[in-house]
Amino acid sequence: MIDSPIITELRLPTRLGFEKVAMNTAASVAQIMGFSPDRVDDLKTAVAEACINAIEHGNEMNELLGVVVTLSMDDRSLEVKIRDEGKGVPSDAHIPDIDRKMAGEETPRGMGMFLIQALVDEVEYGQETTGGYARLVIHLDARDEE
Amino acid sequence: MVTATKTKVDQSGDLAVMRFEGDITSTSEEAVLGYYKKLSGDTKKILLDFSKVPYLNSSGIALVIQVLMAASKVPQKVVCFGLSAHFVKVFTMLGLAKYTTLEPDEAAARTAVG
Repeated sequence: MIDSPIITELRLPTRLGFEKVAMNTAASVAQIMGFSPDRVDDLKTAVAEACINAIEHGNEMNELLGVVVTLSMDDRSLEVKIRDEGKGVPSDAHIPDIDRKMAGEETPRGMGMFLIQALVDEVEYGQETTGGYARLVIHLDARDEE
Repeated sequence: MVTATKTKVDQSGDLAVMRFEGDITSTSEEAVLGYYKKLSGDTKKILLDFSKVPYLNSSGIALVIQVLMAASKVPQKVVCFGLSAHFVKVFTMLGLAKYTTLEPDEAAARTAVG
């Protein structure tokens, strides 16, 4: 029984590639909590995409800024909050259309937010005085019971 | 840091196997599209080998889509193999399974490409 959330926090540089630090840390915490391998993989991809958004769009690749990733675990849920120090990211998760992409009518990119939404249980985007954030949550449930 | 993508191409007649090694991300344009553009003009069938790719992000998947786009115009048949179950799911969620086949291994991919 966890009385108050257990917090793990990372501060990442605004540099592509460092999303892997966050995704692997999130994976380790999720494994400790007992999430199934499938759900851990889902979380890894979602966290990586959210960090990339923070680096590329929130902080606009400005290496003077950082990305703070806070993992908060309790008995049944893991929350991962990714905060940039810039303007945040747009909150609309556009549904990518593969037919339009293949026809050249839509950019091949722009799939990250859709993946985040699809791979975790809750997503919230917002803006604080220090910058923007994405909050991802996964809940332990029947999918994680063997 | 992101592991730079390496690409090796095995060409045999009209079949090319593009073997990727390392992460596939936004920095992989030369490794994916660059190598695709250098394939022999006789290439009608392409296998994309992801068995040594531990990490793909959405920007890397966008490069795969660009290969599929270009291949569809020739036309060339593209079959992917070696993706983990997670990335088979991600590719399917994004709709790529409509334009390529996702096989578990090279033998199945060679059968699928014909």
